[in-house]
Amino acid sequence: MKSSGAPLLEMRNISKDFYGNQVLADINFAIQPGEILGLVGENGAGKTTLVKILFGMEEIHQTGGYGGEVFLNGKRVRYTTPFDALADGIGMVHQEFSLLPDFTASENILLNREPKNRTLVSEVFGDRLDRIDRKEMRERSQRAIAKLGVDLDGEMLVSEMPVGYKQFTEIARELSKDEIKLLVLDEPTAVLTEREADILLSAMRNLAAEGIAIIFISHRLQEVIDVCDTVMVMRDGVIVQNVPSTDLTIHEVAKWMVGREVGQKIVDRNFSYEEKPVILSLKNLWVDMPGETVKDVSLDIYKGEILGIGGLAGQGKLGIPNGAMGLFPAGGEVIFEGETIPLNQPRQFLNAGMAFVSEDRRGVGLLLDEPLDWNIAFTAMQIQDKYLKKLLGGLISWRNEKEIEAVARKYIEALDIKCTGTKQITKELSGGNQQKICLGKAFAVEPKLLFVSEPTRGIDIGAKSLVLDTIRHYNEELGVTIVMISSELEELRSVCDRIAIITNGKVAGILPPKTDAAHFGVLMVGGSPLEEERRDERD
Amino acid sequence: MSELRETKGEKFFNIIEKNAVSILFLIICAVGIAFSGYSLGYLGQEIITRVARNSFLIISLLIPIMAGMGLNFGMTLGAMAGQIGLIFISDWGIAGIPGMVLAMIISTPISALLGWLCGKILNMAKGREMVTSYIIGFFINGIYQLIVLYGMGPVIPIKDPALVLPRGYGIRNTVNLIGIRRALDDVLAIRVFGLSVPLMTFIVIALLCLFMVWFKKSKLGQDMRAVGQDMEVARAAGIRVEHTRIVSIVISTILAGYGMIIYLQNMGTLNTYNSHMQIGMFSIAALLVGGASVNRASIGNVFLGVTLFHLMFIVSPMAGKNLIGQAQLGEFFRVFVSYGVITLALVLYEIRKRRSRTRAGRLLAQDQLDAIKEEQ
Repeated sequence: MKSSGAPLLEMRNISKDFYGNQVLADINFAIQPGEILGLVGENGAGKTTLVKILFGMEEIHQTGGYGGEVFLNGKRVRYTTPFDALADGIGMVHQEFSLLPDFTASENILLNREPKNRTLVSEVFGDRLDRIDRKEMRERSQRAIAKLGVDLDGEMLVSEMPVGYKQFTEIARELSKDEIKLLVLDEPTAVLTEREADILLSAMRNLAAEGIAIIFISHRLQEVIDVCDTVMVMRDGVIVQNVPSTDLTIHEVAKWMVGREVGQKIVDRNFSYEEKPVILSLKNLWVDMPGETVKDVSLDIYKGEILGIGGLAGQGKLGIPNGAMGLFPAGGEVIFEGETIPLNQPRQFLNAGMAFVSEDRRGVGLLLDEPLDWNIAFTAMQIQDKYLKKLLGGLISWRNEKEIEAVARKYIEALDIKCTGTKQITKELSGGNQQKICLGKAFAVEPKLLFVSEPTRGIDIGAKSLVLDTIRHYNEELGVTIVMISSELEELRSVCDRIAIITNGKVAGILPPKTDAAHFGVLMVGGSPLEEERRDERD
Repeated sequence: MSELRETKGEKFFNIIEKNAVSILFLIICAVGIAFSGYSLGYLGQEIITRVARNSFLIISLLIPIMAGMGLNFGMTLGAMAGQIGLIFISDWGIAGIPGMVLAMIISTPISALLGWLCGKILNMAKGREMVTSYIIGFFINGIYQLIVLYGMGPVIPIKDPALVLPRGYGIRNTVNLIGIRRALDDVLAIRVFGLSVPLMTFIVIALLCLFMVWFKKSKLGQDMRAVGQDMEVARAAGIRVEHTRIVSIVISTILAGYGMIIYLQNMGTLNTYNSHMQIGMFSIAALLVGGASVNRASIGNVFLGVTLFHLMFIVSPMAGKNLIGQAQLGEFFRVFVSYGVITLALVLYEIRKRRSRTRAGRLLAQDQLDAIKEEQ
């Protein structure tokens, strides 16, 4: 459904940096009326920033605007608020639902655009006291739902809807705007069942046939290839491919997505985990962590290995350590050294000899207003009664400041923490050094198994390799089993013995680090080599 | 996702838990009635009087709850405005319905100003509206005392010596509202089954209820419900969130002022320095007893609440006297139970919020089990 002629939207030479950190460079593309453009890329590739620029989001302006130009119907536009973009007929459906749970579908669809009747009261007190025309509202929302071609009752409360219907409601809200010309869908199928996704995809084709252009952001590559006219792949802030979707395969696209062939060193040791005993076994673990739901994960972790857990954001990889430790409601079985660890009791997890370095350093990882020696000793003091003096036959425990300082010194040296002394307040340190304190704190407990979540998030490259080296070092010297969760595949490949990819809350596959990056890419987007074959057979 | 399947026991527990406060009060009242030995006729008359007296005030709390601002402890601001109106009409000697109407007219701009101020401050304290409005109540009470205790006389002329303290300025602790005593109640007072019913007061309350129903359907009402559910979503849709919240507090404060005037015309005396402070707490407690929560309240909750709460007020002194020979128990009960019930409601609200979160987890687990079963 591609028509020649002037493009509906054109972006020319778009670039954007956040305080010197280039996130988008030299972005050029155009979209015709009725075209479906698939936009794919890893997290952090710049998709979200691109969309934010299109909508003139506040944070773009607050961080110094952007370079390049945006044209809509040949006219140069520069939106300063999302409302301007909406007024020009550009609609957006977000990944998170922005629906009001206690409103019906039609109330949500026409939120703040309700049809109104004037009344005597509103003549006097202004139009906010107009009466809402429920009948008209039903009809208009039903029309929008019909455009979408789904079977959705406008009078249904959002809180009682299945997830797919919520997604339809969001899209119908955009469609109810008469002037809508371009629709941006951010991961609309991520939460849908296969059948619901099929309905949505055919709805998208209907809309395109009516001349509405769609930018479809998705990690489900098969859907992108099936439904889109053009596929645009972004990586590290640039467009690496912008090609018609005909004859594309998942494998090709996945390769473009992750294919940084730059030779970062891949782990070079051979760890034969088959001979080692299983130290931790997760069975049918589910975790209700908002945004990182784990649905059904079974994993065996062998003593002495470094297991990497990777996957795209929101697929559940972060939920695994948070759930196993009991920081979020979880179920299933966690068996450590043959013993079942009760869930939802962090203390039990710690007592068993496991530790967790959280991805949320500022939230749960560190006591930012306390000196760093306290931070290092804190967990060990709390759960193992280390660094305490017993007075009056154990009635009173007193902090042993000397021992605390000694242990702090030990880890400051071992981890090369840059600070003015053991009494420095933690929040004064840089991100990388804070991360090292988190590690030091976990090491001070001397765990048998350590979960490390996003150890290099938000720290600079130099510090990154230091942190990774420290993790490797502790694993090799002390035989500590390590489970490392990271969004950066290259990082996992440089440290881990095995890498499990989590997709849609489940283990999509476990691969050795030397495997071709494209295979990891396929697992991340929910495909599997097997599945591809099956599809081929069907076709 | 399927509906969460609950066992019968869980369902029963949920119903009990949702109505815990109301059920507790039903039991207290049932026991109290048995021990007090009051006749049904007497109780009926008392209930009718108190429902007429208090309902208007309690209904004024509904709009901020709709806008997601919780229980408006700031209604005391409106009550003060109403009292100032009453002091003026008493001084000017305007009696009857015209006096009440004039008091309402005087109270309106004061309520609106105080409500606007309160709304402004609450917008700066989003998520902590209740405690903030509670403290604003104390703060404005200080200003009210300054004006009434020192300003009235030297600055604001008050002529009637019956109102002024013997020292020459400031209003007396108790003001006799002889001019408007039962002014509204006695219009169209009828007798039904031997009970006197202040029909006009009930008509006014019914009109207010109609207003509430109508208001919910207006654009402003719809906006308030949207803001109450999620401020960010409402803002993204272009609703003026801050303005909407301020309007809800202003309306509530003005209605509370009118409610206070209706309340005091029934009482017949104004307790200048105390009435308004108590009324906020008792109104909120009554609403909660009726089964309302911090984020959900209906007109039904108002009437159930006012009935049960005041039934306890009526029977507890006598029940206390008959049980342990102490009528004091009743007074003790009033305060103890009011605070207790507010605490309980706040705690239950938090527990429910947390439980609905774990409920999502249980749903997920169930989905998991279903999927495993299907595979097998």
